[in-house]
Amino acid sequence: MNFPILSTLIFLPLISSLFIFLTKEKTANSSSVYISLFSSIATFLLSLFLWYSLDINTPEFQFVEEKSWINNFIKFKLGIDGISILFIVLTTFITPICILSCVNSVKVRVKEFLIAILILETFMIGVFCSLDLVIFYLFFEAGLIPMFLIIGVWGGPRRVYSAFKFFLFTLLGSVLMLVAIIVIYWLTGTTDIIQIYEIKIPKEYQNILWLAFLSSFAVKMPMWPVHTWLPDAHVEAPTAGSVILAAILLKMAGYGFLRFSIPMFPVASEYFTPLIYTLSIIAIIYTSLVALMQDDMKKLIAYSSVAHMGYVTLGIFTLTKQGIEGSIYQMISHGLISAALFLCVGVVYDRLHSRMISTYGGLVNYIPKYSFLFLVFALAALGLPGTSGFLGEFLVLTGTFQKSYLAAMLATFGVVLGAAYMLWLTKRVIFGATNNSEIKNLSDINKSELAMLVTLAFFIIFFGFYPLPLMETFSVSVNTLIKNYQIALISN
Amino acid sequence: MFPEIFLSLSIFSILLLGVFIKNSFNLIFNLTSLIIIVTIAIILTSPNNVEKIFLDSFTRDAFSNYFKILILLSSLFVLNSSKNFIVDNKLDKFEYPIIILLSILGMFFMVSANDLILFYLGLELQSLSLYILASIDRDNLRSTESGIKYFVLSALSSGLLLYGCSLLYGFTGSTNFDLIASTLNEENAGAIFAMVFILVGLAFKVSAVPFHMWTPDVYEGAPTSITSYFAVVPKVAGLALLIKFMFIPFSNILLEWQTIIIFISIASMILGAVAAMVQKNFKRLLAYSSIGHIGYALAGVATGSISGYQSAIIYISIYVIMNIGAFSCLYLLKKDGEYKENISDLSGISKKHPLLSVSLLIILFSLAGVPPLGGFFAKFYVFVSVLEKEMYALAIIGLLTTVMSAFYYLKIIKTIYFDDSKITFEPSKNKTAQISIFASCTILTTFFLYPSILNNLVNNLFVS
Repeated sequence: MNFPILSTLIFLPLISSLFIFLTKEKTANSSSVYISLFSSIATFLLSLFLWYSLDINTPEFQFVEEKSWINNFIKFKLGIDGISILFIVLTTFITPICILSCVNSVKVRVKEFLIAILILETFMIGVFCSLDLVIFYLFFEAGLIPMFLIIGVWGGPRRVYSAFKFFLFTLLGSVLMLVAIIVIYWLTGTTDIIQIYEIKIPKEYQNILWLAFLSSFAVKMPMWPVHTWLPDAHVEAPTAGSVILAAILLKMAGYGFLRFSIPMFPVASEYFTPLIYTLSIIAIIYTSLVALMQDDMKKLIAYSSVAHMGYVTLGIFTLTKQGIEGSIYQMISHGLISAALFLCVGVVYDRLHSRMISTYGGLVNYIPKYSFLFLVFALAALGLPGTSGFLGEFLVLTGTFQKSYLAAMLATFGVVLGAAYMLWLTKRVIFGATNNSEIKNLSDINKSELAMLVTLAFFIIFFGFYPLPLMETFSVSVNTLIKNYQIALISN
Repeated sequence: MFPEIFLSLSIFSILLLGVFIKNSFNLIFNLTSLIIIVTIAIILTSPNNVEKIFLDSFTRDAFSNYFKILILLSSLFVLNSSKNFIVDNKLDKFEYPIIILLSILGMFFMVSANDLILFYLGLELQSLSLYILASIDRDNLRSTESGIKYFVLSALSSGLLLYGCSLLYGFTGSTNFDLIASTLNEENAGAIFAMVFILVGLAFKVSAVPFHMWTPDVYEGAPTSITSYFAVVPKVAGLALLIKFMFIPFSNILLEWQTIIIFISIASMILGAVAAMVQKNFKRLLAYSSIGHIGYALAGVATGSISGYQSAIIYISIYVIMNIGAFSCLYLLKKDGEYKENISDLSGISKKHPLLSVSLLIILFSLAGVPPLGGFFAKFYVFVSVLEKEMYALAIIGLLTTVMSAFYYLKIIKTIYFDDSKITFEPSKNKTAQISIFASCTILTTFFLYPSILNNLVNNLFVS
């Protein structure tokens, strides 16, 4: 493959954002929406083509591009395998939806908003494509700039506080990862991860390096106790920002565990498994309880995200086939479901400018289409069989049972709590008595909102019944991951 | 030696021109730019091999040529982007560009010196020019004050430096760098005293903690055009000199000076990050930020390895680019004939001045060292070489202060983007400042496409 298809994928949004930058002030809004929509859909189609042409029967990295970047030091290396392609498709799928949603929700500086979203897309795809630690770090950190601006410029009343908290928390976590990356370079003489997999990092360094990577991924994931930036960021971010944050940015950490922590530091991963179990269980139970007490819809969904990410970390570090596959499935499905839920909150927020649960009630009598879709997403979020949410949690729990009964039992308890807060939210928002007279005049969802939500609902249910396309894609890669991990442990 | 001869001859000729022609500021200014460009051309066409003349007291090599070009280029940008400011603030005396040229000449001797005496002469020529520049707005109380402050403190540090030089001569019996290097060893306790004195003097010139006290006051008090010169050009020369001292005369007593530099570096990084948080004046903030940045560059020097020196040179080169951009933005903040320099004046300018805001955004994020901008690579190379020597504490403290300093850069960005609009500045006619900003932003944003360009340039600086 000579054509640099991955670079094209990465830089297509960036280049189209340049076009938007050059559009005239007067016609800026409509033309920039069209340009960005067009380019993001083109990116999506390109990523679908990649998925289609990816050979899923081999764990090798494909479409590998390698260019000399910093002489004698770092190569600009890209490549994808069965795991990363799904995150890429998720990214390119969510971005057009965000752009559509901003037509309704963003009223000021639309042009700049779209530029920020497209630049962010470039960095997100870059994270999932990079096969070099430094390139990965570059994209991983660069995403902070547009997200900081999205929260800060278009966010709610406490946006400054949230944007700063988001930026500084993530940066603080990441600088330790940068130290670890450079140390790895001096230990192995390369930052190319394929070579690092083969060279193997000395055992005595693994623990400390693993912790340095954890500091970054734990903040990004987010894991308890460094999750506190997430509810703030979600609450204040505009709808599209929340959607990207929940659907994609949080997945970078899970992807990072799979791509870096486990294959590079197998001994340390084994050693720290109890730590991850503990943190995950606390995340699942504690944040579910916190979610129960929220009176802000976005905050509730944010805490539920932390709990769902708890399943992901739990599943990844069971290091069983079911656990890891469940985690990846959970990440993809959470990407769809949380995006949908935030969009739902965005729909009513655009109309009534309130995120408080108490503002709403009895929506089903006035806006039935919206209420039906909300119900679908809420049920998917609590993991109802037949939705994609169920499969992920089920597989994670299956995997956990093989390793630790205690952890699995406690995590299962979290499923019940998840059902409790989601159902209670639905009860208070969709059903119940209508106390607020403004609700009677609410208009039901319009065409573009319907299109976004129905698409998401379709995929959530489709992957709930027919998980094979996803499972097939990452199955070989996951098998190899576990096999290499076990070999590394035995040879120790 | 040819660039220096050309430079001194041209300085004297335009000095004569200035004296005999009335209202000659414009002419002299343009001639100055021309002289700088011609000097660049002369240096570029001169061969890169090592040459030592005047009893080995003057060296011309790739190292000095690189720094000379950096000094000239940055002076060219600083001067030209500040021209409107100079005219608006009635600083348009013909001596202004001439004194700048004199200080450049001093720096040329500093970076080329291979002898304590020549080095000191260059340093003093540069310093004396800078004292005058700081107080050039002589009717302005703050400018005069900053000039005096700078003079008194700098004279003290020059004294220490000279004392160090004489000690060094006494204990090694030579003023030549190469001879000093060959006779100096770790048992020579007196020479270590000398080294400390020289380091103190140099740390003062690059405004590293704890010899930084003058920086914020001088930066704030001097006219912005002078501040931007101070923030960029003498730093380059100072750092070059520091590296040169470490590389040639003191290379045998590495362990002794390493401890000192590590301390200075850590102290500068921490102070730069902490003190800048509470600043309200943009120039003062840049002063503290420059202290922090020197701390990072010194972290590269502290490694005592070639790759460390190279990373420090890359750092200072990117620092120059960022600071030229940042100061050029200040020249565009003009309202009712007055230049604003408080951070609160930037409030909400993103609505009325989108391009200026985007440029500031790029420059500030780059100063904070966020990838994929140029500033990240500067820090990255430094930390790579620091970790090569397994100086973990230095690296981790450095990176933590990066996060702290990100806070105050974010605060400015917050002011620009998140706050409500207050002031609309006059549409600027200052094309040269806009060109400087554009150039700086373009370099910073596209640096990641081909980051080895600077590596290639600095790779062959240390062949001796």
